[in-house]
Amino acid sequence: MAPSLRGGTLAGTEAPHVAVARLGRFERLPWRRIILVVLGIVVGGVVVLGTLRTLGLDRVEGGYSGGAWRDFIVQGAAQGAIFAMIALGYSLVYGILRMINFAHGEVFMAGAFGSFFFADAYAKSGFLNRSPLLALAIVTLVAVAVSVGTAVLLERLAYRPLRNAPRLVPLITAIGATLFLQNAFRGFFGPQPYGYPKPTVLAGNITVLGVQIQRTQLLVLVVAVICMIVLQWFVATTRTGRSMRAVAQDREIASLMGINVDRVIVVTFAIGGVLAGIAGVLFSLSFEQVQFTMGFRPGIAAFTAAVLGGIGSIGGAALGGFVIGLLQAVGPPLILTGFGIPSVFSLKDAFVFLVLVLVLVFRPGGLLGTGEAEKV
Amino acid sequence: MTTERGAPILELRNVSTHYGLVAVLRDVDMDIYAGEMVCLLGGNASGKTTTLKTILGYVTPSEGDVVLDGNVVSGMSTAEVVRRGVSMVPENRRLFPDMTVEENLRLGAYLRRDRSAIEAARETVFETFPRVRERLKQKAGTLSGGEQQMVAMGRALMADPKVLLMDEPSMGLAPILVEQVFEIIKKIRELGKTVFIVEQNANMALSIADRGYVIQTGQVVLADTAQNLLQNPLMREAYLGEL
Repeated sequence: MAPSLRGGTLAGTEAPHVAVARLGRFERLPWRRIILVVLGIVVGGVVVLGTLRTLGLDRVEGGYSGGAWRDFIVQGAAQGAIFAMIALGYSLVYGILRMINFAHGEVFMAGAFGSFFFADAYAKSGFLNRSPLLALAIVTLVAVAVSVGTAVLLERLAYRPLRNAPRLVPLITAIGATLFLQNAFRGFFGPQPYGYPKPTVLAGNITVLGVQIQRTQLLVLVVAVICMIVLQWFVATTRTGRSMRAVAQDREIASLMGINVDRVIVVTFAIGGVLAGIAGVLFSLSFEQVQFTMGFRPGIAAFTAAVLGGIGSIGGAALGGFVIGLLQAVGPPLILTGFGIPSVFSLKDAFVFLVLVLVLVFRPGGLLGTGEAEKV
Repeated sequence: MTTERGAPILELRNVSTHYGLVAVLRDVDMDIYAGEMVCLLGGNASGKTTTLKTILGYVTPSEGDVVLDGNVVSGMSTAEVVRRGVSMVPENRRLFPDMTVEENLRLGAYLRRDRSAIEAARETVFETFPRVRERLKQKAGTLSGGEQQMVAMGRALMADPKVLLMDEPSMGLAPILVEQVFEIIKKIRELGKTVFIVEQNANMALSIADRGYVIQTGQVVLADTAQNLLQNPLMREAYLGEL
């Protein structure tokens, strides 16, 4: 036997104990916490410094007026409300299947795109401006129907057959489904953006509690908040909501109660689809266009929001959505302008993901999560 | 004895269950009559849990039938078997930890629509386990082990099952809790429920059951009254811890 091998065997049997005994004293030093605290101080310092420097700037030096800040906040909140609605879809499905439905952004896109054809036809016939409420209601119903249909078909065709496969398999399938849906829409309707009509009642601003905000933004905020309240009520108090929570907590025992687990999973995908469809209409009304790629960025932002808030938690997804929206709109100008960075808004996505990383360093389970890391 | 008692409420007729090529149950025959408490004893990997899974439709027998109240239920989904009147108190209780006791009980009655019947079942649970009523608004995960066991039993009773299955109720519990659990089971038996209990703790199980089956490597090796089993020398040697 070669000496090196024998040495290896010896080290294998003896060394670990010795090593643990010797290292014990050092290992008790809480390096992890020390690093976290130092990191926390550095991050806090940068935020405070940047903010102070930005607020110290006057208008000529590139500072912002009070009105500009207000606009950033309103815009961020409205954008965040849409992220929140999409994020709920990710979070609900994750809560029940422990799976990220990466194609959820395309569910949103499909709804928005589907509703475009109705909105466009109604605009051309004048119906959209004659009775905007009814027209928008129909348009929204179409978006919801298309999104729900897409989500349920995804579950049935792409995910259910893989229910017992390793976790990576449905994840890859989801990415495949994303590409499939994007390219299907491109194939049928072309790569160009379509102008999404907006009824004239939604044009211009409105003053609410002394604050001037765009009418569309007000609509977005009101509809999103109503949707979230209804969802919260539904999950907390209805029989179906209770069965959803039961499946999320213990699928096997839920079926032992007589709950049809497959049906609950379909309902969950459908609810995510309803929210994505409504969000699709709100998003299209805000940006006045639809395109086959429109699901990607909001989808990623919403996924980030769901993780940030604590994936699997409804309140977390809602909170995460608003936080991401506000961070994107307010964070870069507030913190980065002070350091003399020229185009702060180009950095908004980089900024958001930096924040995500930091939040997960300090709270691996997300803001409203359990504080423990969830394997995704 | 069959003619006196009529048809059994739950029957396994020559049931064999395979996981892949491995036979886990081989030609198992069991009958449980209304109002009886029957226990199934056996060591690790003897097929006890598979017997329960087969009854509940988690696995389908490769041969033979599971018959509930005269109807073949093997091949049906778990939800359907539960709807037809089988409830189980799972091993380790398995309450929904983030839900209140109240919600756990409601889920037990998930398939029932008759509100007054559900209310009556709740009252029965409260009369049997007054402690459960005190804990209604509490999250199930915050209860003590004994209290959780009461809620788990209560949850199963909420379905008003024809047969109540119990999977290793004493598993992993401290000896003092084991006694508590068997007190709880005695109370359920006083309600006149039909109970089929799977246990490793043969002494305890036989002290409260009417009859028992002993299963070994997937085959029923002994079937007798609890009295006789307690006195059976083979049993004493193999399961009752006496030589």
